[in-house]
Amino acid sequence: MNLTLKVWRQKGPADKGGFVTYEMKDINHHMSFLEMMDVLNERLEREGQEPVHFDHDCREGICGSCAMHINGRPHGPSKGTATCQLHMRLFNDGDVITVEPWRAKAFPVVKDLVVDRSAFDRIIQAGGYVSVNTGGVPDANEIPVPKKIADEAFNAATCISCGACVAACKNASAMLFVSAKVSQLALLPQGKVERKNRVERMVAQMDAEGFGNCTNTQACSVECPKEISQDFIAMMNREYIGAKFTSDNV
Amino acid sequence: MSWLTQTFSSSIGRKFLTAITGLFLIFFLVGHVTGNLLLFKPDEGRAFNEYTQFMTGNLGIMIVRYLLYAAILAHVIITVLLGIHNRKARPVGYTKQVPSPHVSWSSRNMGILGTLVLVFIVIHMANFWYSLKWGVVPTVNYAEAGEIKNLYHVVQSSFSELWYTALYVVMMVFLAFHLMHGFQSAFQTLGLRHKKYWPIIRSVGFWFSIIVPFIFALMPLYIYFFRNINH
Ligand code: HEM
Ligand code: SF4
Ligand code: FES
Repeated sequence: MNLTLKVWRQKGPADKGGFVTYEMKDINHHMSFLEMMDVLNERLEREGQEPVHFDHDCREGICGSCAMHINGRPHGPSKGTATCQLHMRLFNDGDVITVEPWRAKAFPVVKDLVVDRSAFDRIIQAGGYVSVNTGGVPDANEIPVPKKIADEAFNAATCISCGACVAACKNASAMLFVSAKVSQLALLPQGKVERKNRVERMVAQMDAEGFGNCTNTQACSVECPKEISQDFIAMMNREYIGAKFTSDNV
Repeated sequence: MSWLTQTFSSSIGRKFLTAITGLFLIFFLVGHVTGNLLLFKPDEGRAFNEYTQFMTGNLGIMIVRYLLYAAILAHVIITVLLGIHNRKARPVGYTKQVPSPHVSWSSRNMGILGTLVLVFIVIHMANFWYSLKWGVVPTVNYAEAGEIKNLYHVVQSSFSELWYTALYVVMMVFLAFHLMHGFQSAFQTLGLRHKKYWPIIRSVGFWFSIIVPFIFALMPLYIYFFRNINH
């Protein structure tokens, strides 16, 4: 099929940037979106032009690198998938496809479609870990964890830190990401020990990074490739207010 | 910064205050709509006037009233602050953006809806509350209650005007949409989300947002059509 791509090109953080239109001929509809971008880049290289810079790594929906705002939605139109799992068969011959980087103050553009998501790393560094000694691997069933809780923690842990939630949110809020990272640990015995400090520090870092405030539109969960639930945002709200009023930090 | 100021200047802390004040305003709406049902009593406004007389004299109600003013003010100030911050969080917007499916229109337009509700509150207060407190309101003499202010007359003459009646009805539509998202949103913000109760909160919120503004809208309509002083 033939497509028209309108891709955001920006030389660097200081460049103003703008759209460049590329006509794509004979695109195989079995390709993934990234493979289609590879075809474009190979062509640009042959023509001696600068290829379009974009992040990618696993290409199987688990690393969270492939950030692209495709036709007005993060990771494109299909539900519960990252850009690398988005297939060209979802598009029609003759479509015009707009590709933009994530837009948020906390995610400055590095080049073309690449944005700096180290704000997420700093939020994790603020408390998204377990630092108490949890000993060796315990025997199975030595620490009883109900299946329901284990499943819930696992669901939170499927977050791949892609940032689509921020990209989708009208307020560029990072609540879905942070709530998944807070909940996956708060739900389990090893994580419970530091839960109060953790949520206080991670939320403080989230605010310091300049993300917006959640207004519960729920767009994040709709666009999240892992369909992380709104339940976790509610859980984090409870954790945070509870911690603020009962922790030892004055 | 003390832990308390830190809490309420954080994103979640501010949202918490929005939710608490919003829920307080919702409670107020229940009281307000119930009391005003007396407007429908076909007694030339006697019950309504006695009720407003009672409401202006009672100390407990006076405290609640000042809490209400504080809640409105806090709700507006915090949401405006949050709104300004949210705008700054995305300095460069998207060229193309499609609203995500399942995301309600109300939830994306709470700022505009809230501002319209605020405009309404100001008009409403200027008309009824201001005139009751400082304006010249005719009085009426009832046997037991004695000489009291005839607010019913103010209400009646306001809603004998078509444009004023229409304004109130339209404003109630905005309130309905604000509540449609606000009601459930407040529970989510407070973390009160549970598999068992969430569907109940959503449907109570939905019906509340329709029924309460609907009853409010019936009041001007009833007076315009059945108690109009110009007819
Ligand atoms: C009768 C009057 C009002 C009621 C009952 C009401 C109720 C609510 C409720 C329950 C919420 C949800 C809080 C949350 O998400 O945690 C809310 C949010 C909000 N309200 Fe109001 N409100 C009223 C008036 C106003 C006014 C006058 C404004 C003017 C600025 C306003 C602006 C907002 C905004 C911007 C939000 C945040 C939207 C969001 O978080 O999704 N509201 N309101
Ligand atoms: S919550 Fe979803 S959208 Fe947000 S970073 Fe995690 S996987 Fe991506
Ligand atoms: S490239 Fe790893 S999730 Fe898409």
